[in-house]
Amino acid sequence: MEIVQLFVYGVLLGSIIALGAVGVSLTFGILGFANFSHGDLMTFGAYIGFLIYTQLALPFWLALAAAIVATAIVAVAIDRVLYRRFRQRQSIVLLISSFGVALILRSLIQMIWGPDTRLYETGITIAERYWGIRIKDDQLLIIVLALLLVALLHGFLSYTKIGKAMRAVADNADLARLSGIDTERVIMWTWVIGGGLAAAAGVFLGMDTRLQPDMGWFLLLAIFAAAILGGIGKPYGAIAGGFVIGIVMELSTLVLPTEYAPVVPFAIMVGMLIVRPTGLFAGRST
Amino acid sequence: MDLAGLYGYLIFFLSFAGIYAILALGLNVQWGYTGMLNVGIAAYFAVGAYASALLTTPASPNHLGGFGMPIAVGFLGAMVVAGLVGAAVGLITLRLRSDYLAIASIGMAEIIRLILKNEDWLTHGVRGVVGIPRPLDGIIPGYDALLMLGMIVALVMLCLLANQRSYRAPWGRVLRAIRDNETAARAMGKNSFLFRLQAFVFGCAVMGLAGAVYAHFVGFISPEAFDPVFATFIVWVMLIAGGSGNNYGAILGAVVIWGVWSGTEIVIGRLPDEIVTQAGAMRVLLIGLLLQIILIARPEGLLPGRPPKPIVKP
Repeated sequence: MEIVQLFVYGVLLGSIIALGAVGVSLTFGILGFANFSHGDLMTFGAYIGFLIYTQLALPFWLALAAAIVATAIVAVAIDRVLYRRFRQRQSIVLLISSFGVALILRSLIQMIWGPDTRLYETGITIAERYWGIRIKDDQLLIIVLALLLVALLHGFLSYTKIGKAMRAVADNADLARLSGIDTERVIMWTWVIGGGLAAAAGVFLGMDTRLQPDMGWFLLLAIFAAAILGGIGKPYGAIAGGFVIGIVMELSTLVLPTEYAPVVPFAIMVGMLIVRPTGLFAGRST
Repeated sequence: MDLAGLYGYLIFFLSFAGIYAILALGLNVQWGYTGMLNVGIAAYFAVGAYASALLTTPASPNHLGGFGMPIAVGFLGAMVVAGLVGAAVGLITLRLRSDYLAIASIGMAEIIRLILKNEDWLTHGVRGVVGIPRPLDGIIPGYDALLMLGMIVALVMLCLLANQRSYRAPWGRVLRAIRDNETAARAMGKNSFLFRLQAFVFGCAVMGLAGAVYAHFVGFISPEAFDPVFATFIVWVMLIAGGSGNNYGAILGAVVIWGVWSGTEIVIGRLPDEIVTQAGAMRVLLIGLLLQIILIARPEGLLPGRPPKPIVKP
């Protein structure tokens, strides 16, 4: 039973990682750099949710929507102000810049909301039991909403013109440009999707645990691992990778001390990079 | 601040700038010469600090050792241990493309941080290692801090000399070739992985030395002192500001950025208590913004790296 319980927690963690990994995978595939500020975009979304839901006491769905919209706007704005200037330079410059952006976002969050731990709600929710498995209503909601967002993403990528263009650019940017796709528009939408999903992941992480200015940063490694596992530039791969990483991380607590759980995604990632650098779903190679 | 206080502060400031200069010189071999993106500087810094601390402190039940060795052994040990850790990390990650190397190096740094924090028998966990001896203390009474600064400056010079020598050597030329065009370097029969590994270990050993100097300068270390993000980030800003690939630039960048960082601290010290924590975050924000401005306005840094002129035989 313990294993089933951990598996359920793994699905929960996995759904949060998966939402983050989609953005990392798309920006990596389309812009060609590992975005080190993605975890802090998550944190930003989580705190916007805190502002709307807890500080202004407005409904949850409104808080979630506001977090998604605000983070998408911030992600696009960062790209316009900074990343756009570095596109003609080596992709490494983008990575270094994003490392700085991560710290800028985190210190802004700390300046506005302070360094202390915050919670969405005071009071303790009791875990319900379904067929012997403990799970809180909040946690069920996270899994359902995450699956809903994945379904929306699928619709966007498969049925809209810009979604198809996005996958084309992630697959082969030169070929896509030659066939007349407006790359700048695709890049903008990449940040909208990546930022929006990161915000949702941040809000869910905040619901499941608590809010801290470095909450997103600590999940970043797991997110990178999921994106690499799924194959860079493959959003569906990133989702699958997210669930795998989440489940393995939770199951690993059976054999590893809990403090060392962050080592697990790293080990999977390095193993993957050595054995099959294109990822499970044959994304861009190293 | 009176004159004596100012003098004391200046020595303290320069000592720390020297420690950062050593770190920046180590990073310069990895990034400036070879183009390797090591985002785990804090890890080698910490490993060096712990290695030297455990080697030189008197025996203690709290952590492994101490072995009560001379401080020179501590410094050498720090370089060897940091170099060995660098070799282990390099063997796993240096075959990867630079983005993946960055991700993997930050993962490695995280693992090392977890080990320092959780392995109580080795490092005394979060309570840290105390009573790390200060070299040169009491040789000339009253001049302890100045002597320490002298030693740090001497070590910076030593690292500078080693860096400059290797930059001009054929070895350094191969590193630049790998950085600028790896395929061409390999076509010339150079084993790029092996050269990368050597440069990585070189840089990590230098960072380990910086860690040892830090430990003996402060006298107390705990995992908190090696914030994986900020310690790494500020060294990157120093090198980029000073000029990647230029050793004098690395030292200049360390002094300038450490000056900016310390300057903001003085300003914040005068602020009322209620906003001090917020202001601390603002300092990090400023350094982050500074990096963006440098990347946009002067990406080559204050002193751009220039390869030495080829020697033409008459």
